[in-house]
Amino acid sequence: MAFLFEEAEWDFGTLDRTFHAIEDIALGELKLDIYPNQIEVISSEQMLDAYSSLAMPLLYNHWSFGKLFAREETLYRAGYSALAYEIVINSNPCISYLLEENSMTMQALVIAHAAFGHNHFFKNNYLFQQWTNAESILEYLSFAKRYIAACEERYGRDDVEAVLDSAHALMDQGVFRYRRPPRPSRERVLAKRQRRMEYEEEAYNELWRTLPAGIEPPAGPPVSQSDDAFDDDVKLPEENILYFLEKNSPELKAWQREVLRIVRNLAQYFYPQRQTKVMNEGCATFVHYTLMNRLHEKGLITDGSFLEFVHSHTSVVLQPGFDDRRYYGLNPYALGFGMMSDIKRIVTEPTDEDRDWFPQIAGANDWMGVLKDAWANYRDESFIEQFLSPKLMRDMRLFALHDKSDDAAYKVEAIHDAAGYRKLRSSLARQYDVGFAEANVQVTGANLKGDRKLFLAHRMHNGVPLHRATRELVTAHIERLWGHEVVLEDVDGED
Amino acid sequence: MTHFIDRRLNPKGKSLANRQRFLRRARAQIREAVQKSLKDSAVADIGKERKIKISTKGTQEPRFRLDPKSGGEHDFVLPGNKEYTPGDEIKKPRSGDGQGGKQASDSGEGEDDFEFTMTQDEILDIFFEDLELPNLVRTTLKETPSKTWRRAGITTAGSPTQINLIRTMRNSFGRRLALKRPRPQDIVALEEEVARLEREGASADEIAAAKERLDKANAKRKWVAFIDPIDVRYNAFTEQPVPTSQAVMFCLMDVSGSMGEREKDLAKRFYMLLHLFLKRRYERVDIVFIRHTHDAQEVDEQEFFYSRQSGGTIVSTALDKMLEIQNERYATADWNIYAAQASDGYTQSGDARRCVEMLNGDIMPLCQYYAYIEILDEREMEVFASEDSGAELWRAYRTVAELWPNFATKRISKPADIFPVFRELFKKTEDA
Repeated sequence: MAFLFEEAEWDFGTLDRTFHAIEDIALGELKLDIYPNQIEVISSEQMLDAYSSLAMPLLYNHWSFGKLFAREETLYRAGYSALAYEIVINSNPCISYLLEENSMTMQALVIAHAAFGHNHFFKNNYLFQQWTNAESILEYLSFAKRYIAACEERYGRDDVEAVLDSAHALMDQGVFRYRRPPRPSRERVLAKRQRRMEYEEEAYNELWRTLPAGIEPPAGPPVSQSDDAFDDDVKLPEENILYFLEKNSPELKAWQREVLRIVRNLAQYFYPQRQTKVMNEGCATFVHYTLMNRLHEKGLITDGSFLEFVHSHTSVVLQPGFDDRRYYGLNPYALGFGMMSDIKRIVTEPTDEDRDWFPQIAGANDWMGVLKDAWANYRDESFIEQFLSPKLMRDMRLFALHDKSDDAAYKVEAIHDAAGYRKLRSSLARQYDVGFAEANVQVTGANLKGDRKLFLAHRMHNGVPLHRATRELVTAHIERLWGHEVVLEDVDGED
Repeated sequence: MTHFIDRRLNPKGKSLANRQRFLRRARAQIREAVQKSLKDSAVADIGKERKIKISTKGTQEPRFRLDPKSGGEHDFVLPGNKEYTPGDEIKKPRSGDGQGGKQASDSGEGEDDFEFTMTQDEILDIFFEDLELPNLVRTTLKETPSKTWRRAGITTAGSPTQINLIRTMRNSFGRRLALKRPRPQDIVALEEEVARLEREGASADEIAAAKERLDKANAKRKWVAFIDPIDVRYNAFTEQPVPTSQAVMFCLMDVSGSMGEREKDLAKRFYMLLHLFLKRRYERVDIVFIRHTHDAQEVDEQEFFYSRQSGGTIVSTALDKMLEIQNERYATADWNIYAAQASDGYTQSGDARRCVEMLNGDIMPLCQYYAYIEILDEREMEVFASEDSGAELWRAYRTVAELWPNFATKRISKPADIFPVFRELFKKTEDA
């Protein structure tokens, strides 16, 4: 059988041939379930462009993206960082970017990784299914870009920038973690619209019509019916601060609320990705590893090309030890790929230890089935809690430290031995629990009568405080959006 | 279904708008950083792109963040255990060294400085931002030769290159709609109708009627043209005079033997900067290069900056030359006249007095601004710490400066002086 390619150079014919060969294996043998693929070849400069707009193909303009670009460009040009080989977007069709400088082997690797691995994960993982809308994200982004450009034209760049700055500062607090945004019932929407229309009729003044666009009548429509209570659909405490401000801030104009909404939707769209770094990259890496091996077994790629792949793959999944100069935290590719390969091993060649730890899957033989189930139904935290095996902990030589801020030393709590496996596993799982790793700040109440003070609470875990300087800066941003004083308190709270 | 799309030819610079927003946002920090970074660099390098390090003040992106260092307890997992067993203690790295520092910057704590590359244009824009030629007067408003074209709406007559396609096609479309011009598909439908009738053997009358409809439609297509001359619109432009100010800069440089290589080099660097500034900010500034030893000559840019010459020193020859050229080519009625002179301050004895006479009598009345830059070595700079003491020429020129407010004198002794002195000489003044 002829090789798909023998040269390092690629062309579109070769890409197409290779894509179909990979597709045959991915859909035929692995039975992956994917969105249609759209694969785009871009230059390194366009890759930098894509980096700096949060890896989205289009995004509204903001200086922070320019800052990101300036930094990335400098690092890249100085040779400190290599460009990613690929970027993939959770959309339908699933868009993957290939860098033009990649060799043909790398293009094959990237297609296997992004167009099949990530793509399958995006389509099947429950978080992505529940929280993101792959069908409409590009359309929404294009709306957002147009809307914000229109606002800039109408209200001035500085005003729009100010709202975006404040909204960006609250992006981590702009997601619904546990529930969907409340959908007001139809009657309530109608009642609200009615109220608004009545107000508009009352407040209508011929004079305002002649004002130039952009200047609004002094008073906005009332936010809530009565002055001392929120609408019934406001439930406190509220974890989504952006949502709360969008709906309840007494000072914001309609366009400012819409801007908050855009940022909030963006944050929500990225939220599943933040919770599934290990799984998402692990899934893609495992898939590309399996597919490339199959290509080689079927005699479709040369030995040289296979070695190039192995070289690249091993550097991707390299996990330096904590005392290594190259150590930069746990590598999600290494952990994810390690765990998924380990699951395959447990399913196909279990040891006695595995039978003790994983009675349901050990020896089940359908490793792809087990993996697909895991990819669909877990996020990093639960995946690690469920599937991290003693063998992998030993292989990675993991150990858990306890840190008390006043102490001069860390204490080793658990290592990779029989006494430590469970503790170690829980510790690591917690580390990947976004709810734990990030500040938990919620809206607890507001004086709607009188001084309109807004109350926020930071629920502390184990007494870990907020970083002081950023705490003040972000609070100032909330004040800007709320329009009145904001009080942020620390509350002790294990939930 | 898989699409491969080649996006490489798509327009570049998608994030340019964001970059401009970023530069605007960090303007204050960037300006400071640019000035600092230029201070120690060679003038020839000013036009190159360079890395700029700014503080992140003003471009911070704060988020709520947990800070386990300053309180509380937390657990974390590391890979690569070699010797530890439960209960062992590991000393914490002091903040700032080794591992600790790296992790800190990773989490965004060490984010005090921010480094990125700026292009030559961006740097020059910022460096020259608030500089200008002082006292520039619009002297030639009346007989200004320069004109510019401005758009002036739409006309019905014009040259074919200025046709406004959108307006033309809009008119054409409206007219075709109004006059019910048959579309190509209507004709096709009628033709098919005729063919069908003929095929089905319809009566001759029916066929004739259908044919007539077809002919009529065809005829109508002929007399209702797709584009009629009355549809056509042109972009109109009108000529508009632009008030311009003409200026000439005389650059006088001493290249005599007393000027060492170092002094010549400093002087040249100063003029390079001046040259760059004028070229960038003023479209219509003539620059006249005059160099002198005991004798002065007008030279071109290349020779001024790059050739060598040596000899005695008579400064007044350069002033003579300048006056001569000014008389010939730059009438004061039409031109703003500027001069910059660089010298080491030594001239033939007695010549300084002649220079002062020429300046006071002939040159200063003509000039908008005259900058004298004296180039000293660093030892001399210490000796002449005060503005009052100095070599012969310096002392002589000080008397001129007292008489004329638009006469400036400055001293340079090392490359680092050039940028500040330059900025001081051409600072934008409120009343200007």
